[in-house]
Amino acid sequence: MEGEFLLEVKGVHKHFPGVHALNGVNFQLRRGEVHALVGENGAGKSTLIKIISGVHNIDNGEYLIEGKPANIRTPHEAIEKGISVIYQELTLIPHMSIAENIFFSHLPNTRGKVNWKEVYEKTRELMSYVGLDENPRTKVGYLPVAKQQLVEIIKALSANAKIIIMDEPTSALSNNEIENLCRIIKELKSKGIGIIYISHKLDEILELSDRITVLRDGQYIDTVETADVTQDKLVSMMVGRELKDMYPRQACEPGEVVLEVKGLTTEKVYDVSFNVRAGEIVGFSGLMGAGRTELARAIIGADKRISGQVIVNGKAVPADATDKALEMGIGYVPEDRKNHGIFAQCCIRKNMTISALKQFKNTVKINRSNETLSVNKMVEDLHIKTPSIEQLISKLSGGNQQKVILARFLMMNGIKVLIIDEPTRGIDVGAKAEIYNILDQLTHQGLAVVMISSEMPEILSMCDRIYVMKKGRVTAEFKRGEATQEKLLSKAI
Amino acid sequence: MEKTSKGHFFKSITRFEQAALVIALLAICIVFSILSSSFMTVLNITNVLRQVSLMVIAGIGMVLLLLLGEIDISVGSLQAAVGIASVTVLNATGSIILALLAALATGVVSGLLNGIIVTKGGVNSFIATLGTMAIIRGIGMVVTKAVSIPVRVPEFAEIGAGQLFGIPVPVIISAALVIFFYFVLNHTIFGRQIYAIGGNSEAAKLAGLPVQKIKLQVFVLAGVLFALSAFILASRLDAGQPIAGQGFEMQVIAAVILGGVSMSGGNGTLSGALLGMLILGVIQNGLVLLNVSSFYHDIVRGAVIILAVYLDERRKKNAAKQLLRSSNK
Ligand SMILES: Nc1ncnc2c1ncn2[C@@H]1O[C@H](COP(=O)(O)OP(=O)(O)OP(=O)(O)O)[C@@H](O)[C@H]1O
Ligand SMILES: [Mg+2]
Repeated sequence: MEGEFLLEVKGVHKHFPGVHALNGVNFQLRRGEVHALVGENGAGKSTLIKIISGVHNIDNGEYLIEGKPANIRTPHEAIEKGISVIYQELTLIPHMSIAENIFFSHLPNTRGKVNWKEVYEKTRELMSYVGLDENPRTKVGYLPVAKQQLVEIIKALSANAKIIIMDEPTSALSNNEIENLCRIIKELKSKGIGIIYISHKLDEILELSDRITVLRDGQYIDTVETADVTQDKLVSMMVGRELKDMYPRQACEPGEVVLEVKGLTTEKVYDVSFNVRAGEIVGFSGLMGAGRTELARAIIGADKRISGQVIVNGKAVPADATDKALEMGIGYVPEDRKNHGIFAQCCIRKNMTISALKQFKNTVKINRSNETLSVNKMVEDLHIKTPSIEQLISKLSGGNQQKVILARFLMMNGIKVLIIDEPTRGIDVGAKAEIYNILDQLTHQGLAVVMISSEMPEILSMCDRIYVMKKGRVTAEFKRGEATQEKLLSKAI
Repeated sequence: MEKTSKGHFFKSITRFEQAALVIALLAICIVFSILSSSFMTVLNITNVLRQVSLMVIAGIGMVLLLLLGEIDISVGSLQAAVGIASVTVLNATGSIILALLAALATGVVSGLLNGIIVTKGGVNSFIATLGTMAIIRGIGMVVTKAVSIPVRVPEFAEIGAGQLFGIPVPVIISAALVIFFYFVLNHTIFGRQIYAIGGNSEAAKLAGLPVQKIKLQVFVLAGVLFALSAFILASRLDAGQPIAGQGFEMQVIAAVILGGVSMSGGNGTLSGALLGMLILGVIQNGLVLLNVSSFYHDIVRGAVIILAVYLDERRKKNAAKQLLRSSNK
């Protein structure tokens, strides 16, 4: 006998020390349904997913699969029951081929001898199904993130998943890639597979999902039919109040030129020149891989420069010393938070103050009480959700980690230029508005901001000037108000 | 709130692990004092501490390197080279101060050499120092023609054998250094930066830390500490011996890892390392007291190394599991 729902959790509670991460949450998934899960950073979305997929066990409540108790205690058991999770941080093995990655847990074989012909044939078949045009022998490490994600999906399909969970699958994808993903999801749906979809991009959710469940602070708020809600309604359910001004940008009279880049050339960037004035927010738009991150890295001296100059307040920034760049007042918030941003084994406090330690030094010693005071203030200002500043940063939700990294530079006294690479990736609407607000305020105090972003609305509404990059070159410059999505896009492709 | 937070919980795990080390140390002491009546005597305990203090001085340097995610296995060879250099200068000048300067200079040079090969040359530090280990030992053999140089200044022996207020001089030196570096690691910018770089050097670089500079500085600092232990060793041996310090690198590394300092960088404490070194020192002393053949010492040492690395691997796995559980998405 089959139950009405593929999967159902009822009144689930999950505690972590100091955090009530899930507080009586309900969730059901029907066959052939796309069920979106939304909520602010730290609302408990990932925690719920981890319970469903056996990473965490529930403290209290019920978890049923097809009407029967799930009895899933480990990730392995979840996979056996047909539950596949596509995490944002992909779990593929980079030095193995596409085919090996897909089949390594269940290689077709006759008496121990792997039937490679069959492996490659099946892989090709699945690849054409999701529209992945590659050689199955290609090592996964050489593929861009979007294609790796498709490999993850194939892996789930090949394991005969009945339930596929996607935790922020599109935060690293370009528009075309997102469209392709949507197409695949619709096909999976028609095959009766149930999909749980987490994203902070509400327009996407409204387009793609059948139902939406909203969580807030670990509480179950409601489950609604997608057809019955608007974006505004959804936002107010998520944040618990009306959110008036998403993009608060009030351009201020630009001051002196603070950052000047002249003919900067590296292996990935060709002859880029631009400047940023005090009080300006200058955006860099473009597709993934257009060389924007490489430009930022070359500016601070993290990547080798071949030629060109970077000047801050009239002084040249050395080509190979990120510490000098920091001293001159340039901060860089990296795109890849997990690998390039956080110190996973350190607490929030140490993560936040690592670049500004000089401010807390008296003679030789770090003044702990001053440090704690500043960190607590930042935690308050940015609404970072944590039981304590001594919490390991890796225990924070993704959005809150991002705020800690941002705070790392905001707390610096001498900060003049802030380069932020995908500043709101994985960040909820409320926090986004907060971050925009903070950036806006800081520019009024004379900060120069360079904002690299693939999100057009954010670039269009926050930036005073916009540069578009394509294949390592600047292809266009727009003033605020001149640019439209179409114009940016046409210069990017 | 504080008490229940996961951060504190994690700290208490490491603390718990140190408690296990303390218990192990006590248990080993009890076993040896039952097996040998001369173990629990003031004379013997002073002796153990005197011996361990050499390992501790070098061990501090090794902790700094391991926390950074680097290693230096040329420390054993350096014991010989420094001994030879300082005894040669001592015999020529009669000045202990000049001999000490010669020792420290040798340490600086070797630290610079290792540091430059690793930071500028981009060579993995295990391989780089495997090379310099052979080179430094070779130089020692060549300049002495493999013959030990006896000390001709009698006061020199006082450094290793002497006492101050009834406490052996090497113990006083190592205790002072432990306190100093405990402070450096836990309360200074330099210490914070070491942990950060060892934890994630790319993130450290992007956060504006002078990664290569600090690595070079730590290699030199470790070289100086290694030289200091070698200087005291030369005094205890009363000679500059070209074979001094053979196998010392393995002892130091094993003891430090046993004490919870991770080989992959960013994790570990000086106090834990100290416990690890005490445990290894007591075991070695006990085996001597029990008249166990020195060949068995090697076997025990080998077993300790494997145990230490096994514990490190297990810790790493647990940490990875923790991360999977807590990592977002
Ligand atoms: N292993 C853990 N230990 C302690 N606290 C945790 C752990 N995992 C999650 N938390 C806490 O539980 C709460 C919910 O986190 P979760 O990762 O589920 O949020 P989320 O809704 O996925 O947020 P985001 O949108 O930022 O990804 C947060 O306050 C987080 O700090
Ligand atoms: Mg999450």
